[in-house]
Amino acid sequence: MPPLLFYLFALITLGFGFLVVTGRNPVTCALALAASFVGLAALFLSLDAYFIGVIQILVYAGAVMVLFLFIIMLLDIKTEEGKKINVPAIVSGVLLAVLLTLQIIAVVGSTELANKTSQNTPLALAEAAGKIGKAALPTITNDLKAGTLPDAKLIGFTLFDQYGFHLQVIGLLLLVGTIGVVVLSKRERSAP
Amino acid sequence: MITLGHYLVVSGMLFSLGLAGVIARRNIIIVYMCLEMMLSAANLALVGFSRFHLVNGLPDYTAQSLVFFTITVAAAEVAVGLAIIVALFRSKQSVDVESVTKLQG
Repeated sequence: MPPLLFYLFALITLGFGFLVVTGRNPVTCALALAASFVGLAALFLSLDAYFIGVIQILVYAGAVMVLFLFIIMLLDIKTEEGKKINVPAIVSGVLLAVLLTLQIIAVVGSTELANKTSQNTPLALAEAAGKIGKAALPTITNDLKAGTLPDAKLIGFTLFDQYGFHLQVIGLLLLVGTIGVVVLSKRERSAP
Repeated sequence: MITLGHYLVVSGMLFSLGLAGVIARRNIIIVYMCLEMMLSAANLALVGFSRFHLVNGLPDYTAQSLVFFTITVAAAEVAVGLAIIVALFRSKQSVDVESVTKLQG
């Protein structure tokens, strides 16, 4: 990805993220969060993670944000007006955030690992086809030989080959979550 | 040239923004959005490490599987959390964190 595009999408992600933190109106915050997630999805795409980028848009910018907007409009939350600003919380929040950022920049600056670029660690698709050879499905090796990265296929292969049990646990978690939501939102009947 | 360090710094800044929001904001729904932002920032770091740690010349798909699980758990968490917020709103008529102080001794 050209550096210019990286900076553009990083700016979109962080700028709209800033708007989420500072916005007064919850609806503005929710829409800014959706825009921030779209920028983040573009960053995922720039890292050759096409599948993750697409589900980031589908799940986060789609489903989760609709849920947020639905709740905001259902509860009819008004803009915070006239409330006095909580100065100690804001000061400590900003201070912690700045400290954490500086710490991360210092750590990243002091490690060799951070100097890896897509030039000095290129994907070797044709070689990979030979190396994973028989272990992978023919459709994956064919894609690799043709010079394309079968991203979704490789993630699916990893998930079902190595993490089949974990996948079922996640399915159970979603079921339990759904039942939990129904139980939580059910209005209790008044005592007879 | 864009290095892994650039992605990690963007990820760290996004996480810090989310952290500042969680500490400073008082509207529970916005606190929740900031939590989602922090989760996504962690995902960005994971995907960055996955791309630059090559296994057989391909990105490390173990990390991307972990991101997949994180996104699923985050979606379930949002559903349950928003149900709790609705229940809270029903009993308090407010989504301000300072309206919930019953456990504050």
